[in-house]
This record gives sequence, structure tokens and C-alpha cells, in this order.
Amino acid sequence: MPNAVGRLTCPAANFAPVKTCAKSTDLVHAGRGPSLTTVEFEPWNDPQAKPLIHFQNVTKRFGTFTAIDDLTIDIYEKEFYALLGPSGCGKTTLMRMLAGFETPTEGKIMLAGQNIVSVPPNKRATNMMFQSYALFPHLSIWENIAFGLKREGMAKADINDRVDEMLRLTRLEQFARRKPHQISGGQRQRVALARSLAKAPKLLLLDEPLGALDKKLRQETQFELMDIQEKTGTTFVIVTHDQEEAMTVASRVAVMDHGKIIQVATPDRIYETPNSVYVADFIGDVNIIEGTTTAIGDDSYSIAWADGRAPLTANSNTPFSDGQKCHLAIRPEKVAITADEPSEAANAVQGKILDIAYLGNISTYHVELPSGVVIKAQAANTRRISRRSYTWEDTVWLSWTATAGVLLAS
Amino acid sequence: MNKTSWFNVVSLTLGFAFLYIPMIILIIFSFNESKLVTVWAGFSTKWYGELMHNKAFLDAAWVTIKVAVFSSTIATVLGTMAAYVMVRGGRFRGRTLFSGMIYAPLVMPEVITGLSLLLLFIGIGLDRGVLTIVLAHGTFSMCYVSVVVSSRLVTFDRSLEEAALDLGCSSSEAFRLVTLPIIAPAVISGWLLAFTLSLDDLVIASFTTGPSATTLPIKIYSAMRLGVSPEINALSTIMIAIITVGVITASLVAKQQMVRQRREEQDAVRS
Amino acid sequence: MRRFFLIAPPYAWLLLLFLAPFAIVVKISLSDYALAIPPYVPKFSWDEGIGAYLSQLDFENYIFLTEDDLYWKAYLSSFKIAAISTTLTLLVGYPIAYGMTRVPSEWRPTLMMLVILPFWTSFLIRVYAWMGILSSEGYLNQLLLWIGVIDTPLTILNTNSAVYIGIVYTYLPFMILPIYSALERLDESLIEAAEDLGCSRLTAFWLVTIPLSKTGIIAGCFLVFIPALGEFVIPSLLGGSNTLMIGKVLWEEFFSNRDWPVASAVAVILLLLLVIPIVLFQRNQQKQQEAEQ
Repeated sequence: MPNAVGRLTCPAANFAPVKTCAKSTDLVHAGRGPSLTTVEFEPWNDPQAKPLIHFQNVTKRFGTFTAIDDLTIDIYEKEFYALLGPSGCGKTTLMRMLAGFETPTEGKIMLAGQNIVSVPPNKRATNMMFQSYALFPHLSIWENIAFGLKREGMAKADINDRVDEMLRLTRLEQFARRKPHQISGGQRQRVALARSLAKAPKLLLLDEPLGALDKKLRQETQFELMDIQEKTGTTFVIVTHDQEEAMTVASRVAVMDHGKIIQVATPDRIYETPNSVYVADFIGDVNIIEGTTTAIGDDSYSIAWADGRAPLTANSNTPFSDGQKCHLAIRPEKVAITADEPSEAANAVQGKILDIAYLGNISTYHVELPSGVVIKAQAANTRRISRRSYTWEDTVWLSWTATAGVLLAS
Repeated sequence: MNKTSWFNVVSLTLGFAFLYIPMIILIIFSFNESKLVTVWAGFSTKWYGELMHNKAFLDAAWVTIKVAVFSSTIATVLGTMAAYVMVRGGRFRGRTLFSGMIYAPLVMPEVITGLSLLLLFIGIGLDRGVLTIVLAHGTFSMCYVSVVVSSRLVTFDRSLEEAALDLGCSSSEAFRLVTLPIIAPAVISGWLLAFTLSLDDLVIASFTTGPSATTLPIKIYSAMRLGVSPEINALSTIMIAIITVGVITASLVAKQQMVRQRREEQDAVRS
Repeated sequence: MRRFFLIAPPYAWLLLLFLAPFAIVVKISLSDYALAIPPYVPKFSWDEGIGAYLSQLDFENYIFLTEDDLYWKAYLSSFKIAAISTTLTLLVGYPIAYGMTRVPSEWRPTLMMLVILPFWTSFLIRVYAWMGILSSEGYLNQLLLWIGVIDTPLTILNTNSAVYIGIVYTYLPFMILPIYSALERLDESLIEAAEDLGCSRLTAFWLVTIPLSKTGIIAGCFLVFIPALGEFVIPSLLGGSNTLMIGKVLWEEFFSNRDWPVASAVAVILLLLLVIPIVLFQRNQQKQQEAEQ
């Protein structure tokens, strides 16, 4: 494979299960905090680790529109890296620059230490899984998967072996002779994955890979995708606008907005310690309370806010000066709802239930405080609906601890 | 709910009667015994027999088919290239002129196209005959082909080509292995359109032909100017029959393919 | 570089066989008639130089076109015939297109094929079919005499009426198809909404269906009008000696009178006249495309 820059030469070697790759996402599912991480896969915390991909001050402009704005990121080998953001945030452009379909206006893109900016897409050690899957309609599933292998002049027997291996990996053996229109959407998705993995790329790019599937299938496929990523040990970069999908599959999530990376962190950190109101608001449901800080001890602050009554208390590792404007972000599930005033709560406010969103397993209560501020609180529905304790217009108490929220400057 | 009103039924009946009755009359009277076309004198196929022995018509038919095959092939190659350039070529110098030249022949009156090409051929001293008609037909047919092919290319999912590049194709391999097989039906219908246009053309052929090459439309036209004749009716009937069989076969094949594809897609969803 | 090889062949072909011939037409239209072969002067020669050559060109032929009323009458009459036939085609075509969208959907492909089929059939044959019908002893007159509507045969063949019929007949598919595709996209619930809001069937048709099929109507009208303006075969086979159409005049000027400079001038003017409807047509198409996006 003389063309491919540093292409892994022995495809079969990739299939040793990667045991070291324990996902922090799994920990989130298990309900444990980030401090309890046991088996570490955190090359980004290791100053010795060399990134596989390094974007250095990359800017991409289309005419006067800046799609990517002076962006620098590192992606490490065997990572499952998610680019998350609303449409038009530049995530797709970023991916297309990795694949070679766009050239950056400024900056360097390093793949395994080599600048690949001038390498055309057909000479890159990256492969892409397209949002539309882009399966060749005139070729069978087998021929689709073999397409890239034939291009690089692999021997016939090797192609056969490799395609069979990919078919097994994606459980498509019995569909090999079919044409793309003769299989279902989920199967097409797997063909697209098999085709892009067949050449054993150093880096696999996935553009909204599950966007075309319905919700149930999408959830199943997410785990399948993680499984295949672990089996092959390939570095995956996924573009998605679905935060749940990013949180589920990725080892790290990069939240983007207007061509800039806002935060890169593991899913649990993104959720628990967002670095900005934008990230806190984009990922999941959140209450944002505006106020001004006063230091009351080590890492502890009192926050004067609109409600005017007792100030709130919150802990923060980042320092705030007295009188500084701040936003307190609290997830609804961290707000407790009680009928009576709780004793010994760091923060407690009283309000009236405005709305109840019943979601089956949980309910979200919209509670209006006397000042008009509405705070959302979530409670698990452990009892049958007829025996629910609160209803509309009830006066209730909301409370949360000092460590429940995140104090944000902007 | 039945949406079809009496008005719709009447207008469709009258409309299709208007479209088809002239043809049907023409076909019926091709089997007329009498030389007088407008008076029915009994069934006969003698005019078909006479046609088969009319060497002038047979020669003209042969010339026409030769011209149509060559010109539509040239038109398909050039028209496909032009369509690809128009849809995928991006910006290049003279693009506006190029697109103007692609679309202008579609609306240009045939008399002007014919006249201008004749003046060119005389100007450069090219002997008029089969070659000049082929050049002339190739020119205006390629514009039709390019319209047909580019309307297919516009809806062509660009990521298919990108996928081919991503999997290691050079851009010419991507065109040969992916784009061309997928747009092939449009290219074939472009060829068929070019072929029919060439078969049908009177005006441009009249201008650009020389004494050595008389095409069928030229022959038919000069016969028609003398009035209605049963022999022309017979010839028209043969041509209508060929076209009808061709078009109906093509649309049945297309329909069958569509039905099969839809069934297979449904099966795929179920499995 | 690869792109160059893709662009160059069709580009060169069109320059040589489309643009160059047209430049020659313009040039000859500025030359003088001569009894020679080719029948015009001056012929360009390098000895005399380009200056001397250009000085011999003049607008005499164009002035001649304005002086001889045959020509401007022919332009005017072509315009009139094209406009009348376009209107007639619209009146015949719209109900057919509308009816096609009203039949059960499994019928539509068949009807569609029936509309397209004549388009593939030879143009000459379709025109010829009417010669037998319209002549004084033709099928139409036979029918009318037999019914007793008329006593003496009508003269239709070799009049403008025959030309109208011929144009309507041959260009009908061009009118039906764009209107049909505009009507087919029309959301049935819009009509129901209009009726729900108090329209009768007829006013709903007039206030909703017609405006929403406007782009199709305009496209269809141009697709008929533009080729009809330069039509040659129909006036020459169905029209009479007093049917003046510019395509026919050009043909006769060229083949019968062999006056190439005047024929060229006629062609140039015809093309200039065509630019207006073509530009309007283009704009309509563009607007439609933008609306679809």
C-alpha cells in the first residue's frame, strides 16, 4: 500500500480486543462519579502520549463565512471522539477536512506526525462513513465492501478473506449477494460501516452515522458501533447533533459552536462540569440562575439572585471575585421536591407547581417562585400515578446541596 | 372518494381523441385499395408491397439510419461530457458562453440552425452529404442529450463520488466505476432522444445535405408536397408502429423494473 | 488538467459548429447579393486587408427588409399565428392536464405515456395526417356533408386555420406536460381548505388551482410559442400561399430566390425577436427553481 500514509499493513492485527479501553460512558451508565474511574483510558491526560490527529490553528472560510475559526484539537489513537453541535456549527466541515474533501484556508492538520493538508482523499489513511451511506447502488453488498480493497490492488484471495471478515463482523453474511436496495436501513448502515472499515483505516470518520435510523434501532446500533470500535481498535471520529448519541458512544465529546470548540471532555465531565452556559444548556436539561457572588470560605460562595430572599450557596473550584456576575447551573434531577421545608438543606426555596410533565419513569415539575423565576425539578415516579403526592397549584419546597450546581462565569 | 368529474372524463376523452384520431385514420387508409386516399375501396396491403419495391425510399431510409446512428453517438459522448462539465465543472473561464451555447440550439428555429451550418460548410469548402448532416445533427442533439443527462446528474448523490474517492479511486476511476454506471439509463435515453431527433429532422437536413444524400424525411416531404398518397400512409404506418412498439416496450420494462425494485425494498424492510 | 480535456471537446465543437456559423450568418447579412457562387460579395481576401473588407459591409439588406412590406408583414403574421395557436393550445391542453391529475393514480402513467407517444412519432407524419382530414374532399368535409351541417365543402386546408390546427396538434404535449407536473404537485388539501373557507368548486379552482399552476402555464406557453414562431413545416404543408410565416419566407428566400444576404438578414432579425420570449422563459424557469428550494 504505497499510497496510504502509514496505513496499518496487517489488517487482521487490528482485531485483538482492546481491553484497556474502558469507556467512561460505561461509568456514567453505572451511576458512578468520575473520581471512581478504575481502568484508565485517558491518553489526553498523559503528557507523553502523541496524538494521532493534531489540528493546529485551522481556519476554514467559504467566501466571507468562517466555518472553522482558528481551531486546535488533539485526537488520540483508539479514541471514540464525538463532534457535537447544532447544524452549521462547523462539525461537518471539520470532518470533511479530515477526509480530504475540504482544504483548510489556514493551519495544519497532522495525521501521525505528517501534515496531510495537501494529500488528496484517495491517498489518505482515513475512511469515511457517509450520512447517506453512499452505497453504490449498482454493486452488490460484497462488491461494495471489496471496492476499496480492489482499488489498492490487493490480491484476490486476500480480498475474499477480508470481505468475509467484515461481513462477519457486521453480521451481514447472508446478504453478501444482495444489492443495497434489497436490504433494510439498519443493514445498509452496517454495510457502510463494513465498507469504510475494510481498508483498515487509521481513522474512521462517521458523519451522522445513525441519523437515518429510527430511535429504537439507533439505540441498538450505538452499542454495536462501540463494540466494533473496541474490536477493531480503530480511532473513530463521529459527527452528530444528537447529544444522547454522543454521550453514549464517545470517549470524549467536543462541543462546537460557530466554528469553535467550546469544551472537550469525557461525557460525564461535559454533563457534570460544563465550562459554560452554552454547554450546560446544550447538553441535557438545566436550570440557569443568574446572580452575583460573594466568597464565604474556601471554594464556597454565596449568590445573591433575583428571588431576593435568602442567598444561595454553591461550591466552585474556579475562583469568583466578590460582586462578580455568575450563572448557577443545576440539573433538574439534582433538585429535590418536598411538601415541607427541608431541614439542613444548603439551598431551599418555596414555590407553586405550574406544570407537570409526566414522562413515565420520571416527572418534571415546573415550579414558579414568588419572583416569577421557574425552576425545574425531577422526581422518579416510584408510585402509581393515582397516588402521586403533588399536583398543580400545590405549594412545594425545592432544595439542593451546595455541590449540586456548577458556578459559571458566562 | 371519486375525484373524477364528468367534465374531466369529457375533456380527457375529447383530448385523447384529438391526439389519436388523425393517426388512426392515417393507419386505416394505408390499407385502402384505392389510389384515392379519401375514398374507401376495400382492404388491401398492396401499398406496403409497392413501398418495399421503391428503391428511392429504401435508399433514403438507409441514409437516415446511418446518419442517426453516427450523429446520436457523437451527440451522446459530447453531450454527456458537457453535462458533467455544467453540473460538476465548477467555475471556469467562458462558462457563461458555454452554457449559452448548450441551451441556445434548443430554442433556435431549425431554419436558422440549418442556414448557418450550410453557410459554414460552404465557407470551409466541405462537400455536403452524409458527413455534413451527421455534424449538424450531432450539434443540436448533443444539447438535448446534455439536458437529459444533467437533469440526472443534478439529483445524483454527490457523496457516492466522494465515497469512491475516499476508498482510493482517482477521479477518473470514480467516474468510470461509479458515476457512469449509475447515470447509464439517462445516457441511454439521451441517445434514444438524439436518434429520434435525427430520424425526424427535415429542415436542418434539407439545408445541410447535398445531392448525394437524401434522407427519408426529405424524401417524404417532397412526396407530401404533391398531396396525400396511400404509399406515404403505408410508410407512416410502419414508422408509427416501430415507434409505438419501442416506446411501449421501453415503458413496460421501466415499469417492471420499478415494481420489482419496490417489491424488493418492501421485502428488505420486512426481513 | 483533466478537467480541461473534459471541457475542451464539447466546447470546441460548439464554438466551431454553433457560434462560428452564426457569426458567418451575421457577416453575410451585411454583404451584397451577387450572381456568383457563393452568391454574395465581398469575399474576404488577405490581399485587400481587413479595413477594405469591412468598408464594403453595410446594412443595405436590413434597410431592404424594412422597405419591402413582405418581410415585416411576415414577422407580424408569424407573431400573430404563434400567439393565437399558443392560446388555443392552452385552452385545449389545460383541461387535459387537469383531467389527468384527477384520474386514479394508477391510470396516470398510462395517460402520461399516451401524451408522450405522439412526441416520439415523426413530426412530418403528424402534420401529414391532417392533410387528409382537412382537404376539401377530406374526411372532415365528408363527415360534415354526411351529417348535413354543410352543403358545400369547407376550405380549411391551405388556410391559416389549418396552420392553427397543425400547431395545436403537434405542440400539445409541450403544453400538457409542464401544466400536468405543476398540477400534480398541487396539494389536494389546499382545495379542501379553500372549500372549507367558503369557496365553491369553481371559485376554488379559479382562486387556488389556476394561480398555483401559473408557472406550468407560462412554461407551456413559451414551449409552444417559441418554436411556433420559427415554424416551417406546418405552414408549408398546411398553410396556403397567403399564409405568411417567417420560417417559410426564409426558406424560400434561400432555396428559391437564392438571395443569401437577405435570407441571413431575415434570420438575424428573427433571432433578435426570439431573444425576448427566451429571456422571459428563462426567468420563469429560474423563479420556479428558486421557489422549489
